[in-house]
Amino acid sequence: MTEQRVPYFTGGVKVLCLLALAGVAGLAARFAFGIGAVTHLNNQYPWGLWIGIDVACGVALAAGGFTTAFVAHVLHRDRFHSVVRPALLSAMLGYTFAAFGVFVDLGRYYNIWHMMLPSMWQGNSALFEVGVCVMLYLTVLYIEFLPVVVERFKGRVSWPGPLRGLNGFTEAVLRILDRTLSKVMTVFIVAGVVLSCAHQSSLGTLMVIAPTKLHPLWHTTILPLQFLLSAFAVGLSMAIFEGLLAARSLKHPYEMKVLSPLGRSIPFLLVIYLGTKFIDMVTRGTYVYLQDLTLQSVSWMAEIVIGILLPGAIFMAHRLRRKPGWLFAAAAMVVFGVALNRINVFIIGYQPVYAKGPYVPAWPEVIVTIGMISILVLLYRLFVFVFPVIQEEGAAHHA
Amino acid sequence: MATRRDFLKQAGWLSGTAVAAAVGVETAAASTGPHLDPDRMGVLCDFTLCIGCRSCEWACASSHGLPHADLQEYSADDSVLDTPRRPDATSYTVINRFPAREDGDSPFNAKYNCLHCEHPACASACPVGALAKTPQGPVTYDAWKCIGCRYCMIACPFQIPAYEYRNVLTPQVRKCDLCADKTLAGGRPACVDICPQEAMVFGRRDQLLALARERITVHPERYEDHIYGEREVGGTSWIYLADRDFHDLSLPAVPSESPAVTTERIQHGIFRGFSGPMMMLAIVSVIMKSAGKHPEDLAAQEAKHD
Repeated sequence: MTEQRVPYFTGGVKVLCLLALAGVAGLAARFAFGIGAVTHLNNQYPWGLWIGIDVACGVALAAGGFTTAFVAHVLHRDRFHSVVRPALLSAMLGYTFAAFGVFVDLGRYYNIWHMMLPSMWQGNSALFEVGVCVMLYLTVLYIEFLPVVVERFKGRVSWPGPLRGLNGFTEAVLRILDRTLSKVMTVFIVAGVVLSCAHQSSLGTLMVIAPTKLHPLWHTTILPLQFLLSAFAVGLSMAIFEGLLAARSLKHPYEMKVLSPLGRSIPFLLVIYLGTKFIDMVTRGTYVYLQDLTLQSVSWMAEIVIGILLPGAIFMAHRLRRKPGWLFAAAAMVVFGVALNRINVFIIGYQPVYAKGPYVPAWPEVIVTIGMISILVLLYRLFVFVFPVIQEEGAAHHA
Repeated sequence: MATRRDFLKQAGWLSGTAVAAAVGVETAAASTGPHLDPDRMGVLCDFTLCIGCRSCEWACASSHGLPHADLQEYSADDSVLDTPRRPDATSYTVINRFPAREDGDSPFNAKYNCLHCEHPACASACPVGALAKTPQGPVTYDAWKCIGCRYCMIACPFQIPAYEYRNVLTPQVRKCDLCADKTLAGGRPACVDICPQEAMVFGRRDQLLALARERITVHPERYEDHIYGEREVGGTSWIYLADRDFHDLSLPAVPSESPAVTTERIQHGIFRGFSGPMMMLAIVSVIMKSAGKHPEDLAAQEAKHD
């Protein structure tokens, strides 16, 4: 466990707490008055901010969990072990919140378990695939995080007051977990990688079914492949992004010896992703849509320039990559670019046939989304304070 | 903590079983769409016969327990026809009025409702099978199964499914069900039944297509040579005749193949029999096993590069 040099509550954290409270109020309003009362969703725009950001961006930005696990555990690049736990934590929290985001958006949220009933399974549906994979992967993530819990409490269990009697039992459970987890963890790591690839791509399949509504700049049958490739790039970028951010906030030294080489592979991933975008564009002749200055064409260009070209160049520049500021900027740009891509596919590029105008989220939708992100950050900080998630250089070993 | 030996042992075991499973799995089959009866039903709606009396709107609302006024009021007040409307959660069918093709003629009317696609994207999209294509034609909805994800509304190329956004606890997806309770028992849909102009004919879809073709052949001056719904998104149970391009009647130009064909091909190609995931499992396991052989070498190589 790291030595605590900073308090949990700082000025910024207090602001986050207020935002979180506002978000909870927004959630309460959604469940008390219904989706129609707090959103601008209608028969033309059935999906809005909550699906576009909470779910689509949430899942994409949580890709750090499986990409770092792949690098450190499947490729056995041992020196990247220290980024696995923070990425795992953000994936665990990110997926929990994406699943909660779906739950909030569902009109009949209490029926969400229907997806688990074999009698209702609908294998034709990309959403079914996403739902089941996310549920399974969430379970895998919780299991992958268990060793961190064991490490924190083994030999140190002390329940307060009347629960003291449970101490012995809890210790026994932790000892058993400690012995068994290491033996089976490989299975879960591999399963996590496979499940992630499956649903990251299926998230792209979702909008393939709307060829007349999704703007041609984005609608392509290879959308699932593009979603998967961009998830690879944004996963590693998120690990760098949050690694530097957490170090700054917790006043730890920047782990440049680990994070800088991690950024080395990102340009290759970005180039492959960019390649599919351009080949697709040339094949379908969609470059004609870039001639007009529309929200869609500008947003597409922003995705390419800010999200792929600029950060790709910075990551490739050996000298820049070693500077925390540049590395952070590049990682943040990839995160921005992929998040913008998801927003483009689910919101900005979605142009329903009979819509009278664009969808603009209602303020409670915005408050709920900001509130949920705030809670996510607060929980991340709490976990980092309680559990041995961020390890000082040298003490790193695999989770 | 696991040792490297543990990792390698497990990776080897994993790759072995995964390869075996992947090899044993059948290859992906092409998607075929829902099962359909050859004598499935449909409705031929001839817009040229419609006078815009809105009796069908009344019949639909009253037979589905939706809010409605008296029948007389529907026919008496045609001012609502002046603004374009869409079917919604409280009216499964609406009539819109368009200017006549030639001056002096009476205005032209078009009726909108669920077209009951032969290969419905909404049913293909539904993760829990709440929407389903019955072999006899109607695309039905089971509110009990529905989780309220509204993916059907994203998928529908005609933007038909409407949602009860104002219902706090038990919102439903609402759309025309082709009066399945009546039609599956041999009856006729309420709107077809009430139409004073017989603008709609209910019957076997193949016979209706022949009838529509015949009308166009007999009166080419009266009809646009296009049966909307014959080929649109792979065909629909409702088919339309009009005197003009359907695009001018707010019926969208859609591909001749159901969008569900593409997505089902992707889904089945990747996931039929879990062949895709199994293959990936094998690949990842093999990488894990082989990449683990020289970790120090790899680390040293990397150190040199940086």
